[in-house]
Amino acid sequence: MLYDIFIDPFVQMYQMPDFFLQVLWEGFVAGILYALIALGFVLIFKASGVFNFAQGIMVVFAGLTLVGLHENGVPAYLALILTIGVMGILAYSIERVVMRPLVNQPDIILLMATIGLTYFLIGFGEFIFGGEPKRMIADELGLPTGSTAFEFGERGLVILQHIDVAAAVIAIIMVATLGVFFNKTRIGRALRAVADDHQAALSVGISLNQIWAIVWFAAGLVALATGIMWGARSDVSFALEIIAFKALPVLILGGFTSIPGAIIGGLIIGFGEKIGELYWGGLVGGGIESWLAYIIALIFLLFRPQGLFGEKIIERV
Amino acid sequence: MFYREAGQYKTSYEADQALFPIRQDLVGIGVILLVAFVVIPLTANDFFLASIMIPFLVFSLAAIGLNVLTGFCGQLSLGTGAFMGVGAYAAYKLTTIFPDVNVVFLVLLSGFFAAFIGAIFGLPSLRIKGLYLAVTTLAAQFFLEWCFIRIPWLYNYNASGAIEIPKREMFGVVVSGAEATPLARYFVVLSITVAIAFLIANVLRGRIGRSWMMIRDMDIAAELMGIRPLQTKLMAFAVSSYICGVAGAMMVFFWLNAAEPSSYSITLSFQILFMVILGGLGSLGGAFLGAAFIWILPVALKFIPGAIGIEIGAETVEHLTFMVVGALIIFFLIVEPHGFARLWQIAKQKLRVWPFPY
Repeated sequence: MLYDIFIDPFVQMYQMPDFFLQVLWEGFVAGILYALIALGFVLIFKASGVFNFAQGIMVVFAGLTLVGLHENGVPAYLALILTIGVMGILAYSIERVVMRPLVNQPDIILLMATIGLTYFLIGFGEFIFGGEPKRMIADELGLPTGSTAFEFGERGLVILQHIDVAAAVIAIIMVATLGVFFNKTRIGRALRAVADDHQAALSVGISLNQIWAIVWFAAGLVALATGIMWGARSDVSFALEIIAFKALPVLILGGFTSIPGAIIGGLIIGFGEKIGELYWGGLVGGGIESWLAYIIALIFLLFRPQGLFGEKIIERV
Repeated sequence: MFYREAGQYKTSYEADQALFPIRQDLVGIGVILLVAFVVIPLTANDFFLASIMIPFLVFSLAAIGLNVLTGFCGQLSLGTGAFMGVGAYAAYKLTTIFPDVNVVFLVLLSGFFAAFIGAIFGLPSLRIKGLYLAVTTLAAQFFLEWCFIRIPWLYNYNASGAIEIPKREMFGVVVSGAEATPLARYFVVLSITVAIAFLIANVLRGRIGRSWMMIRDMDIAAELMGIRPLQTKLMAFAVSSYICGVAGAMMVFFWLNAAEPSSYSITLSFQILFMVILGGLGSLGGAFLGAAFIWILPVALKFIPGAIGIEIGAETVEHLTFMVVGALIIFFLIVEPHGFARLWQIAKQKLRVWPFPY
């Protein structure tokens, strides 16, 4: 038993390095995708202090809108642009209808409001697009779909799905763009000001409402990218909503307020989850992916209660 | 005018701190209990008892459990569904191991298993706070749900993977299993809920309850004043999980008859949390109001299209229900973030000053 836990997995890793590399690659891709969802959470939390539970359903909603438009005869790229427009309208209405009246409420009320929003979007999405899973239009959007096998060592193979490579590249571009946007542009500076202190930002003439609408729109764009990537790996359906729960441990691991934290947290969870499932999962009957991420995050949190890169919590009596 | 405490003099500290310091409250509770124990059983039909009153009472109890933790001790938890599941599976195992013991006793006993598990998952709360804690309680939710699926011993190696409740009698009346009448179940559920609600009301106004509230309001200050955070927080987790565990056991024993792991999923946790928030954090009466709203609203929504003569498919109704429930939740959060309990307080004030506006 002890051998199975402490020695055997490492022996396996050493004996079959190709399999191990494959696992690492899958962990990397999963981690990137978790990081993308976590990124949407972080954007909104930074700017408005709202823990946006609806990010998961926004991913599904964006994906479904894109596919739904294409099914009704809209060309793929036009559908993409229209979907961006839809996410903009969604962001504006969320800010107007939900967030603005709830300014200054306690965290838990805002969290509940976003869960309410989740329910609404589930109902709304199913009402319009129906509940059955749909195929993502990856080909039509010019995303690669094949796969390449790399020879590895004497007898091994590592298979890379092109879509995964594309996902990683898009994620990296997205994070870089967001970084530039936050640090170099006027709106980005305003966003950071709002994140630092709402009142101070207001007093120097930054419009909170406008900033929040922009942030929700940015989160909507991240959701769209995530929706396309996840949708290309599996179908677009409301089952994807569950990935929001995968992003939560990433989030607490990295810290609610840190963009690099979301990326690194995502990678830690992605690697940890795949390696844990494939090498240790069998010992307890498999399927441990559903909670392993939380346990990993929990262990990190016991040492750093605000996450790896979160702002230090200072409490005064 | 109707609700005026003038003339009710308190001559001792005890009388002032009583559970119902005002006579009207005592009368009001008496009337509610009379309606619940006598009027409803005499007038209601089986459908009303089985699909409205019993679930309503079960959810009320669960909401009280979560309210103890979130409303009174300030620890946000998203693992309620799993703790209810622990109660249900513990009660199920206990009935199979001890078939002759009274089922109500076993249901109450099963809460202790939930309390134990709850206290273990409450340990991180000593270091982790707020929303971070809420996410870590999800670890409990997913881990326990996984246990319900992957440990066949818990469901007696059933092929279906679900737990099915055997027939059990109490005082010669069948109270659980498929043959039990809704009336018998209703009385059992009502008695347990009322008993635990009164017990908790008393705990909350005592030393333990007050120390929970100190932790909620400012834990560092509470610690400086001599409240031990470890014991107090774990106690809150244990008591809360005990109540949720009993509610979970009642849910399968006296309402559903059979349960799968998915019955105790994250959806249930959210449902209970909504009841607590919409009812009002830190209010026992609010837990009942919230449970009534969240449970009865979707049931009522199902009947509305038929009642006004529009034919809509069952699926569409379900989607619309989701939309309406979500929209109403946001609406109530905006209009009254302190929940229905606050509305009740406003109503009381109006009654007090009636017929004058102020």
